[in-house]
Amino acid sequence: MGLDFTVVPDYFGVLMLGGAWTIAITIGAGLLSFFIGILFAVIALYGHWSVRLPVRLFAWLFMGTPLLLQLFLIYFGLIQIGIDLPAFVAGVIGLGLHFAVYNSELIQASILAVDKGQYEGARTLGLSRGQTLRRVVIPQAVRAVVPPMGNNMIALLKDSALVSVIGVMEITLAAQQAISRTYRPFEFYLAAAACYYVVNLALEAGLRRLERRIAASR
Amino acid sequence: MPDVPFIEIRHAAKSFGALEVLKDINLTVDRGQIVAIIGPSGSGKSTLLRAINELDPLTSGEVWLEGVQINKKLPHRQYEKHVNQVRQDIGMVFQHFNLFPHLTVRGNITLAPKMLKGLTTEEADRLAEEQLAKVGLSEKIDEFPSRLSGGQKQRVAIARALAMKPKVMLFDEATSALDPELVEEVNLVMKQLAEEHMTMIIVTHEMDFAASVCDRVLFMDQGVVVEEGPPGVIFQTPAHERTRNFLRKHLARAAGQA
Ligand SMILES: Nc1ncnc2c1ncn2[C@@H]1O[C@H](COP(=O)(O)OP(=O)(O)OP(=O)(O)O)[C@@H](O)[C@H]1O
Ligand SMILES: [Mg+2]
Repeated sequence: MGLDFTVVPDYFGVLMLGGAWTIAITIGAGLLSFFIGILFAVIALYGHWSVRLPVRLFAWLFMGTPLLLQLFLIYFGLIQIGIDLPAFVAGVIGLGLHFAVYNSELIQASILAVDKGQYEGARTLGLSRGQTLRRVVIPQAVRAVVPPMGNNMIALLKDSALVSVIGVMEITLAAQQAISRTYRPFEFYLAAAACYYVVNLALEAGLRRLERRIAASR
Repeated sequence: MPDVPFIEIRHAAKSFGALEVLKDINLTVDRGQIVAIIGPSGSGKSTLLRAINELDPLTSGEVWLEGVQINKKLPHRQYEKHVNQVRQDIGMVFQHFNLFPHLTVRGNITLAPKMLKGLTTEEADRLAEEQLAKVGLSEKIDEFPSRLSGGQKQRVAIARALAMKPKVMLFDEATSALDPELVEEVNLVMKQLAEEHMTMIIVTHEMDFAASVCDRVLFMDQGVVVEEGPPGVIFQTPAHERTRNFLRKHLARAAGQA
């Protein structure tokens, strides 16, 4: 059986829909990983031990075990204790928490790298520790972390393929469905790769724009 | 409260570990007075200034502002509240400006008044415009600090401090990080404040400036105030050998740079 790409256009709509799910998962998990990442970073640096310890344990767990396992645990495991999440939600939470741990590491380093003078400048005006953190230190730390966090987001986009195993119809699973009907794995995996590539280009362009936009405010 | 001194520092001492940086310093400053602190590097000038607003709390001794003890011993939470309150009355300007790079000039100036004094956006904007006009930078209100020269940055930093309507302004070598040609514009702003009778404590290496705007000059060395007096006396006829030595070396260095 030779290669025949003419079957691909028949599944164009399915692949596009898959692309939309991939984008939705990436954005959802990306935002979650960003905000939870900040939260974890602040707790790790300034939290009382009673919250710091659980977060540390959680981080260790999420860094030390496979993402696939974490997705299984959240989707299939939680059902057993009565939490039945839709696959999409489970995927966003799993990916989001996983990458939150990585983002937290970046943000922690970046918070510590904010110049001491910034802290003093704010405290001298009368801002409290918390106000200084929220309005002066964290906004700067987040700006500084945009380029490396962008790399995490690109990794997240690629790892979003894993949620196909819990049944989210994103690009990879869409391609698999097309393959099961047409028996044309090469063509459709290649088509899926092209889809990822396009989404990736868009994501990188977005990140570059963001970097340019914040360049003056750093 | 006519009888309490405006600012009073009593028996101030400060150690960093085994290093004694301030040793029994006593100082009163009247309202509207302008005091310069001079002295060699490492003599404790910055530490003294930073003790006044609790950035570097004293090991022992007291700091008072208008009858309120700034470095009160209080339980942690109360202490934080107290310090945040008193710092609003004490403006400070740093050698490296410490402007917030992620905020525009407007954002830098309005942040604290909005957060701490409950000003509305319109009120805070008006305040920012007022203060910027004062330092001659009205047109820069929407710029980010990265787009300003060093002299402009320092003038914004002064406007930011003034926006809190402080009772006293502390300057820690406000012009030391500036290119020589930018020093004057900052000095002019400080002179203008002097004319408005702002109470100021100024740590400086610029003897001419100190002589021209200050009412009193303190010479510090190794953590003590060696001598103090009107600029005419300290600069022309200092009583102590250490002061003469410092001024001589300083003059020689200044001449070498020129
Ligand atoms: N946070 C700190 N920890 C340890 N030592 C410190 C600290 N801050 C200052 N010192 C030491 O205290 C002494 C006085 O420092 P200070 O900054 O007050 O001097 P200064 O008179 O302002 O000098 P300069 O003219 O160089 O600014 C110096 O020996 C300095 O090394
Ligand atoms: Mg100093």
